[in-house]
Amino acid sequence: MAKKLKEVDVVLVGLGWTGGILAKELSAAGLKVVALERGTMRTTENDYSVPHVRDELRFVHRHDLMQNTARDTLTVRNNVQQEALPMRRLGSFLPGEVVGGSGVHWSGHTWRWTDEEFKIRSLYEERYGKKFIPEDMTIQDWGITYAELEPYYDKFEYTAAVSGKAGNIKGQIQPGGNPFEAPRAREYALPPLTPILASQVFSEAAKNNGYHPFPRPSANASRAYTNPDGSHFGACQYCGYCQRFGCEANAKGSPHMTVIPIAMKNPNFELRTSTWVTKVLKDPSGKRVTGVLYTNTLNGEEFEQPAGMVALTAYAINNVHLMLLSGIGQPYDPATQQGVVGKNYCYQTGASATLFFEGRHFNPFMNAGGSNATIDDFNSTNVQFDRAKAGFIGGYNVGSGFNTALPIGYRPVPRGTPAWGKAWKSATAKWYQTAMNINASGAVMSNRYNYYDLDPTYRNAFGLPLMRMTFDYKENEHKMGRHAAEVINNLAKSMNPTALNTAIARTEPWTVVPYQSTHNTGGTIMGTNPKNSVLNKYLQSWDCHNLFVIGANVFAHNNSYNPTGPVGALAYWTADAIKNRYMKNPGPLVSA
Amino acid sequence: MKKDGFDRRDFLKSAVAGGAAAAAVSVPQSVSAQPTSAPSATASPGYAFLNPEEAAFVEAVVDHMVPADELTPKGTDIGLNIFIDRSLAGGWGKGDRLYMQGPWKPGVPSQGYQLPLTPAELYRNGIAAANAHCVKTYKKTFDKLTEAQREEFLLALQAGKVTFENGPPARVFFTTMYQTVMEGMFADPMYGGNKNKAGWKLIGFPGVIAVNYQNIEKYRDKPFPTNPVGISDMS
Repeated sequence: MAKKLKEVDVVLVGLGWTGGILAKELSAAGLKVVALERGTMRTTENDYSVPHVRDELRFVHRHDLMQNTARDTLTVRNNVQQEALPMRRLGSFLPGEVVGGSGVHWSGHTWRWTDEEFKIRSLYEERYGKKFIPEDMTIQDWGITYAELEPYYDKFEYTAAVSGKAGNIKGQIQPGGNPFEAPRAREYALPPLTPILASQVFSEAAKNNGYHPFPRPSANASRAYTNPDGSHFGACQYCGYCQRFGCEANAKGSPHMTVIPIAMKNPNFELRTSTWVTKVLKDPSGKRVTGVLYTNTLNGEEFEQPAGMVALTAYAINNVHLMLLSGIGQPYDPATQQGVVGKNYCYQTGASATLFFEGRHFNPFMNAGGSNATIDDFNSTNVQFDRAKAGFIGGYNVGSGFNTALPIGYRPVPRGTPAWGKAWKSATAKWYQTAMNINASGAVMSNRYNYYDLDPTYRNAFGLPLMRMTFDYKENEHKMGRHAAEVINNLAKSMNPTALNTAIARTEPWTVVPYQSTHNTGGTIMGTNPKNSVLNKYLQSWDCHNLFVIGANVFAHNNSYNPTGPVGALAYWTADAIKNRYMKNPGPLVSA
Repeated sequence: MKKDGFDRRDFLKSAVAGGAAAAAVSVPQSVSAQPTSAPSATASPGYAFLNPEEAAFVEAVVDHMVPADELTPKGTDIGLNIFIDRSLAGGWGKGDRLYMQGPWKPGVPSQGYQLPLTPAELYRNGIAAANAHCVKTYKKTFDKLTEAQREEFLLALQAGKVTFENGPPARVFFTTMYQTVMEGMFADPMYGGNKNKAGWKLIGFPGVIAVNYQNIEKYRDKPFPTNPVGISDMS
């Protein structure tokens, strides 16, 4: 029997970026806030310091900061005809499981998603006609606008020390920035990172091909910085150990060194680590949640934590899982297209070429998480790019630069090189420092048959059904992949490399190995009405008005960009809606 | 951008400004210092997991995949066998993060690893099956094969042309084995492989020290001095 604890105002399930932002904002507004986090406390001082943080084996290949699949994982399949089987170890994506969540081990790439996403169906129907959107492509408008979110993007960027170059300030195109971006109110918090040779060489080639390269905006402080909350950042050291690692210099904007310590100083806030929430509890009417059930994983004790309000702020996948386990909202069924919870799971796609330049020295071990250059000429933001001709919806960005090119995982050699022996060794020695990559990251449009539900067979360490992920790339992604591979290869050839591993568009089904991207989106999407979405534009549950669900799980489809920009902005947006509107008049913030 | 000098002292100051416990960082006496506890090339290292037959197999594999030449010593001389043994004896080998609940089904390749075996069990059974295959084909266990036969067998294993009767899938065994050889060659030397940073020196990877704020400009399109530092050098 669970021990019932004293009621608090707010329970947060998970303490990464979204939980940290809500913890700070809501405790400052006078609410009693408790955060329940599966992972343990890790600090820069103890856990991310030199020398022991510089350990590729431990952090990249043994997943030290990540979810432990022995305890909880998902089952996966490509289509409903297959039997889903458990992802027995991590591979394709890496949810974090420590205080700070995936915000500790991210690279820092911080983008603004625009109305090209938020109004996607309306805009495509307007520009290309209704028939241009395939019947099984379930893209829909998100119910929010860029203009509403702009101040919150700004707030997140200044909190996380995003370094970059504005391309559009209040409608004025800025030289050196991304000319396709939506207007922003002011410059980035910090100037761009120093470009590395690979991004420089790429930028020159991109310009020569008529494209518009710009430095990738990234939460890697290009110089020492104090954010508006008073959190201190060291300058990025281009140490080469960014993605998968905590930052020794506190140069990477992360919740464990910004919003979380501020919340921790507030007596209204309490953090309970090593706690595992198994269910969100509802009252008999089903119109309100009453708190959560959780287990202390240090001793197995079970607790009920009553709360006036619950916010799910875990990793995107785990937020959806908890909604399904708690029976809140109708689960989505692809056969009938009824129900909403689990709908519109999306991922990302890509293509990549490796260019070898005999005699050059790219020094791939010197880089920031985001010292890349990028072009948006084929991305959703470029409305001039003719989709009717290209034959697909959405877009992709193309970039170059190294991000955590450590030697167990990164040893480029020309195709056809033996995998071992003297020839392998000499090729590895010859090419390690003389190669660079050009990568495309592509959007994935939502599809009727890509979704989550609960697995009928496999269970986690708490005896609960695993989440089941049904996902594969569809024709839209394949067309985009072919387009991207061609653009990359033409660009690469124009650079006259000594050798070239060309980009090859993917044709195989999505697979759980190897690592691809921790950008899993959708499942509890925001939208304009309860028939087509789980949450309203304030990320408030249509079913239970005192439940908020925050993360990339609210995205109605996926873009080619990294998701953390809008995730952070939406967390601030939701915190404001709770503080300024919901607390004054608890109830639905949008009438259904 | 401001291009002021930025050495290690500045880095420590900036780390303090950033809240990191820079005091915990010790500067190495010499960047070329080697761990004194590393076993010599000739001393018997002692195995924590591999039995003699398995050890002979692993030693033969790592010496074949990483032969001695002017670039590096051979695999056993840079501890790749020790790295593999310690990995199999430790948490990873015992499947500490592996979801190990049935039912067990082969699935399709896109569903990834589906065997009811920990990495250590996969290695043990894979070696037994590989040796059985070699005995059947060449009348000798793998470690007794000629260089040409070893090459032929490993290439067939890599290409999925070998089937283990009643054993784990040969290709899955190969993939795991190959991954551990590469991990041993390029992981920090404190794990037993990459002895004297042979793997890092091969490619010019600098290891732990990575304060490159000014090096981005200083070494732009220039070779970076190869003097790698491991975790134990700084501990």
